[in-house]
Amino acid sequence: MLEKALSGSKYYWSWIFGLLVVIAVGVACWFWQYTVGLTITGLSRDVVWGFYIAQFTFLVGVAASAVMVVLPYYLHNFKAFGKMTILGEFLAISAVIMCMLFIFVDMGMPNRILNVFLYPTPHSMMFWDTVALGGYLVLNIIISHFTLAAERREEPPPRWLKPVILLSIPWAVSIHTVTAFLYAGLAARPFWLTAILAPRFLASAFAAGPALLILLAFFVRRISSFDAGQQAIDTLAKIVTYAMTINVFFVLMEVFTAVYSDIPEHLTHFQFLFTGIEGESTLVPWMWTSSLLAIVALVVLINPKTRGNHSWLLFGCVAVVASLWIDKGLGMVIAGFVPNTLGQVVHYSPTAPELLISLSIYAIGLLVITGLYKIALEVRGQLRKATTN
Amino acid sequence: MTESRRGFLKLAGLSAVAVAGSAAVSAKATRSEGHEPPATTGKRLALVVDLRKFAKDDALFAAVVEACHKAHSVPDFGDDAKNEVKWIWTEPFETAFHSEEFHYIREDLKGKPTLLLCNHCDNPPCTRVCPTQATWKRAEDGVVMMDWHRCIGCRYCVVACPYGSRSFNWKDPRKAANLAGLDPKAFPTRMRGVVEKCTFCDERLARGEEPACVAACPNGEMAFGDLNDPASEVRRLLTEHLAIRRRPGLGTQPEVYYIVEDPRSLMEVAPAAEVFEVEEGGHA
Ligand code: SF4
Ligand code: SF4
Ligand code: SF4
Repeated sequence: MLEKALSGSKYYWSWIFGLLVVIAVGVACWFWQYTVGLTITGLSRDVVWGFYIAQFTFLVGVAASAVMVVLPYYLHNFKAFGKMTILGEFLAISAVIMCMLFIFVDMGMPNRILNVFLYPTPHSMMFWDTVALGGYLVLNIIISHFTLAAERREEPPPRWLKPVILLSIPWAVSIHTVTAFLYAGLAARPFWLTAILAPRFLASAFAAGPALLILLAFFVRRISSFDAGQQAIDTLAKIVTYAMTINVFFVLMEVFTAVYSDIPEHLTHFQFLFTGIEGESTLVPWMWTSSLLAIVALVVLINPKTRGNHSWLLFGCVAVVASLWIDKGLGMVIAGFVPNTLGQVVHYSPTAPELLISLSIYAIGLLVITGLYKIALEVRGQLRKATTN
Repeated sequence: MTESRRGFLKLAGLSAVAVAGSAAVSAKATRSEGHEPPATTGKRLALVVDLRKFAKDDALFAAVVEACHKAHSVPDFGDDAKNEVKWIWTEPFETAFHSEEFHYIREDLKGKPTLLLCNHCDNPPCTRVCPTQATWKRAEDGVVMMDWHRCIGCRYCVVACPYGSRSFNWKDPRKAANLAGLDPKAFPTRMRGVVEKCTFCDERLARGEEPACVAACPNGEMAFGDLNDPASEVRRLLTEHLAIRRRPGLGTQPEVYYIVEDPRSLMEVAPAAEVFEVEEGGHA
């Protein structure tokens, strides 16, 4: 089936070529990082996790969000999601691969990665996160492979696949819950020490993931005759709306608890994010942008008229993804470290090589997703523009 | 006061059951705060830093830090705070105990350097999170150990330590100027990409010696020993003096103690009789 990914048009090849260039630059940076150490990043003794781990966290959410199409389709027999499920599963596969790469580039000793399995440690949340992510990747590869193969032969998917699909539903919830537990169980970090972290992770994931899926569906519709269906997009838009509303509600609950209780070690992290402390205000403009985007997105999405309009919906989805990316891909992780455990205000910002390595991982994700979608589209013989060119 | 006390006793007699109940409740509440004696059976090694004695000798801090960092080939990157590696260091007293508040402390105590190192917590969060058991609490004496050959450099332990005791090797420590001409028989250097910290000098303990930092103190400014041994020096010090630990409320059970003041000097401020009176009043 892989050969399907390897024949395409001029545009297709220049897109692939562009991605490969970005990847090559990132790989070169990574080799540099591998030889001299993580000192080439902006990380320090005080801020030991940064951009890499934050991207990992954001993408776990994207991966988990596939459940938002799988669940209605298989549990509620919501037929309109028939075409969307395969898009969702591919997005999940590509997101999990990116997650693993972000963990890999963050490791000080990547050549020892197998130690996690050689010395399995059930009391470590990182061990469980590795198990959960690996399992989720395998599940999604199996599911999408056999569904597509069956479709190619114009047969229904094999019967044994159904329980595997059902298993992937709680599994998706588990990957993001365990990822939240990485943070939420640490006495040292009051900013993350909140029971709402896992629910909030899930809510933001179920908003950002489906929003991305809508954007992808629009895009795929432009370049091919593959149409996920109007009803599917409308329903996904509703899911994004509800999830985003719940997410904003959760954030406000956190802000209330910190501000009203007025406990300094909880409050200072929010001050770092929204007002800056002791002149350290790197994230302040970002966080206000994120908040503004969240409000705008809610206005656009809650109003059924704008939500039903494609351009507005597109705009709303971009706003949701951007807002949540800032929140999770920048604010959430970094704020846990500022101030540090001694109450000192420290600075972190990613360096150019750190950003280039991250960019190349996103490019790898896009490459994976391009290849997978191409296979799916060609199996369904619906590629329009790309082949006539 | 005696009136109200008598009244209280009468009330207590009438509601003995209720009082018994509330006593049980308060006993339980104290326990749940987690301030129990060490859970480690056998030996429970601990370190006592006598801040009063240190107050007399500021030059000693540098000597102690130097003794440790030299004994353990800790790289020195000069002013490069971003790549810093340290096992023991000083912070101002208020920073070391930043979760307490010291607005009106004596002038001479303000900003006083305080030695910080790994607390070898009896309930260490760092070992709990490590995905490879590259860091663990030694069962026989409670020392929190590091295996630099197993560590994958994920830094989860650094994130989980509430005391900033751990350092990651962002760059090759062997390239640090102070380790250039190192004696090959010296303490082995680490490689870049792993986490390191104070190990209570496990290599010296194995030879029956006390930690290098303790040995560098001429007048017992630091003491080291077994908390589970009632005759040990550390037990004696902790019995006779008022000692505090960093962030005890987190339940980590740090085993580095700081003697801050002689209780007798507190007595001079509040005479014993008065203390008793206040207590009596409290019951009424
Ligand atoms: S002080 Fe930090 S590194 Fe040392 S045992 Fe306690 S938690 Fe672990
Ligand atoms: S950095 Fe090393 S010691 Fe620390 S948690 Fe990771 S593997 Fe364990
Ligand atoms: S106990 Fe040993 S390793 Fe720890 S600070 Fe003292 S000298 Fe350094």
